[in-house]
Amino acid sequence: MGKGSWLLPLLLVSSLLGTISVQELEQRHRTERISGSAGDVLEDDPVGRLKVFVYELPSKYNKKILQKDSRCLTHMFAAEIFMHRFLLSSPVRTLNPEEADWFYTPVYTTCDLTPNGLPLPFKSPRMMRSAIQLIASNWPYWNRSEGADHFFVVPHDFGACFHYQEEKAIERGILPLLQRATLVQTFGQRNHVCLKESSIIIPPYAPPQKMQAHLIPPDTPRSIFVYFRGLFYDVGNDPEGGYYARGARASVWENFKDNPLFDISTEHPITYYEDMQRAVFCLCPLGWAPWSPRLVEGVIFGCIPVIIADDIVLPFADAIPWEDIGVFVAEKDVPKLDTILTSIPPEVVLRKQRLLANPSMKQAMLFPQPAQPGDAFHQILNGLARKLPHPRNAYLKPGEKILNWTAGPVGDLKPW
Amino acid sequence: MKPSALQPNRRVISFRSPTAAPLDGGAAPSDDPLIRSPAGLFWLLLHAICCLLSLALGYRFARFLVFLFLFSPSFPLSSPGLLLLHRRPDLPLSLPQPPPPNATASRVVVGRHGIRVRAWPHPDPAEVISAHRILGRVQREQRLQYGVRNPHPLLVVTPTYSRTFQALHLTGLLHSLQLIPYPLTWLVVEAAGRGAASNETANLLARSRLPVLHLPFPGRMPLRWSDRHRFESRMRLHALRVIKERRLDGIVVFADDSNIHSMELFDEIQKVKWVGAASVGILAHSGKLETAAQRQLSKEVEEENSPVPIQGPACNSSDQLAGWHTFNSLPYVNKSATFVGDGGTVLPRNLEWAGFVLNSKLLWKEAEQKPDWVRDLDEVVRNGEEIESPLDLLKDASFVEPLGSCGKKVLLWWLRVDARYDSKFPPGWVIYPPLDITVPAKRTPWPDAPPELPSDKMAANQDHMEKRSPKTGRSSRSRHSSRNKRKREAQVDARTSVVSQRQAK
Repeated sequence: MGKGSWLLPLLLVSSLLGTISVQELEQRHRTERISGSAGDVLEDDPVGRLKVFVYELPSKYNKKILQKDSRCLTHMFAAEIFMHRFLLSSPVRTLNPEEADWFYTPVYTTCDLTPNGLPLPFKSPRMMRSAIQLIASNWPYWNRSEGADHFFVVPHDFGACFHYQEEKAIERGILPLLQRATLVQTFGQRNHVCLKESSIIIPPYAPPQKMQAHLIPPDTPRSIFVYFRGLFYDVGNDPEGGYYARGARASVWENFKDNPLFDISTEHPITYYEDMQRAVFCLCPLGWAPWSPRLVEGVIFGCIPVIIADDIVLPFADAIPWEDIGVFVAEKDVPKLDTILTSIPPEVVLRKQRLLANPSMKQAMLFPQPAQPGDAFHQILNGLARKLPHPRNAYLKPGEKILNWTAGPVGDLKPW
Repeated sequence: MKPSALQPNRRVISFRSPTAAPLDGGAAPSDDPLIRSPAGLFWLLLHAICCLLSLALGYRFARFLVFLFLFSPSFPLSSPGLLLLHRRPDLPLSLPQPPPPNATASRVVVGRHGIRVRAWPHPDPAEVISAHRILGRVQREQRLQYGVRNPHPLLVVTPTYSRTFQALHLTGLLHSLQLIPYPLTWLVVEAAGRGAASNETANLLARSRLPVLHLPFPGRMPLRWSDRHRFESRMRLHALRVIKERRLDGIVVFADDSNIHSMELFDEIQKVKWVGAASVGILAHSGKLETAAQRQLSKEVEEENSPVPIQGPACNSSDQLAGWHTFNSLPYVNKSATFVGDGGTVLPRNLEWAGFVLNSKLLWKEAEQKPDWVRDLDEVVRNGEEIESPLDLLKDASFVEPLGSCGKKVLLWWLRVDARYDSKFPPGWVIYPPLDITVPAKRTPWPDAPPELPSDKMAANQDHMEKRSPKTGRSSRSRHSSRNKRKREAQVDARTSVVSQRQAK
């Protein structure tokens, strides 16, 4: 029978396909692909799409500072140091500046630490200015575009505004010399002085090995509803409350301190990472600056981040659809936080957890040493690659000058 | 000092737009030099005066000024149910100037904000319920994804007999078993005198929603602990025989009714291929109240061993079975209990049955891939061997799989707590008619001294107990109106005589 002879192999093939698709379904059931506004770009490989030239600065800008204080390698601003190290040995690096698309200046501006470990930004503008003067005088590429094809890593609280106090940072504004450069920073808030259109937002540095060491088996049931550990009132700097975190953290405490669903306190438990893995929601409210490493920790440990920071711009916002992954709560809605969180349908919660379980999502938040495909270093390079080719107004006509080298507060003009 | 210190809470105007009108005092850097125009001079003077005043008066002056001259359009006025905390009723302030055409001004304002607290900052019960629903759904999903894919059904073997504390122990075990998320069958072997299942046990089992196989076993539970252990082993073997005959499929767990099981035990058991062994914590205790001296002695004894003795598999460094941790009974040599209800410490055997789990296919006559290192159950029974632990059913004990991260995790606790063998217990507690007055009993029904071993004196004691029963009945009753006295006596006597008859058998 002619018809019957191809029926059997057809059945076999379709059953085979059926089993394959069931497996895929199972895998897909566990995680979900992530695609942001720029498309499914988390797993792109930047190699071959751009070339980066790394300026050779004298070691007083980088190595010597690190030698003075090695805490710079472990605090949350360590991205600038690791980015330098990554670029030095990356295949995107080129030794020929003529063919480079982007130029990187390795200057560690966030490595001047107080005895407590907090970085002092007072000398950073002078340091940056001195570095730019160096590259402008020794290489022609800065003057060619006045920095439009240069990028700098400025992971400090308010980025290139170089101050830890928001009002002072706003006053200072972004360092005028960096007006045309691309800034890779952790700070991101819409319509804020310290965020440029072209900035790339990155996550703060969180030590990957330390977090991997605290993983617990994934079948440990998540029994904490909302989890948070941190300050609610910064008694040292803002004893009355209302300034710190724009009153949002204090509001969380006053409203939910005796709510059994909210496991919030100011303690520093040893089991902090383990507890996050047993929680469904992790609060990530703003502090003195809107960003915090809690977002990274929440993503790594599969705890849905509840972001309480108005107008915040989250890392790699064009590659990661944060609205689908996290819960955004306006600061004025904090008193209704429990209503908001308990009214989320369980399917939405499960979908968010599936998105968080995606390994490429977790990779994108980390700065592992040595670098791995899909990690934050590669996301930065992808972001830079997406900006290529440079617009025509990037390169100045000969004799044209845009930057004002004497702009800014007088104190910044002193040599470093 | 910049005017930003004077007005700390001003709206941010982007510096990007050069067409923005300069603010009071000219905050934009380096735009118009201030001193040239008379207007600028005036503003500078005003600025200086304000600075001096604010130095003197502090923030109050700044606030006053700001209240006077400026207003805020952007503060969210009281939505229903919100009220500001009294601490800082300051409003976040902004300038009334229109935002410059190019840049959109930020809604977020720097400065002191109020701390919003709602009027009733306590949890709403409906929300708590929905939160728990979310948690339950999340945990179900976790179990689906990371838990066991095809769970094996469990066959739980429990030897029991009707006694005072049976309800206590059996209900505890019942509740533990009801929590298990896997399909299970409960084989309850009951040592009933006449070989028929008793009503008490049946009533207790009927309360559960589990599939129960109530197997009667002829013979009475002996009073001596050594005999009792052997009897229980025989009861368990009976259950295993039933499993073999009916070819029940699953993993056999020996759950004694007085033991305490952790839920993780049942998750770990799913990993067993043929025979598994888990660590059992032994809660050996004595029924007597210890005096201070005795407590000291026992503490010393405890310090020599580990704080809680644990029986179970011992692994070498490569996580393979190397030996067994057994119970060290030397410290308890003089204090061990010989029969139920004396004050001594009840000791377990060297390796308790409860710590082992078997795949039921080992017991079947023919099963695919049945290993050859297991002995046939019928043979063992026919030889009349003493089975101390499931290891005796195996020819080679090295195939046992250690559970609970190689025995490091204690998954169940062995405990034997029983009332005195001569304790009388009614099948149910009913006080009828209801009492008018309650008064504490003057005399406790049982003396503190441990009972004598009844084995030789059973016959002699029989009439002794019957004579005693009306007296104890009377003393344990409370006072009541004399009208019902006779009726009550008759009822109590009837009940106690029934119990004593059962005891006498």
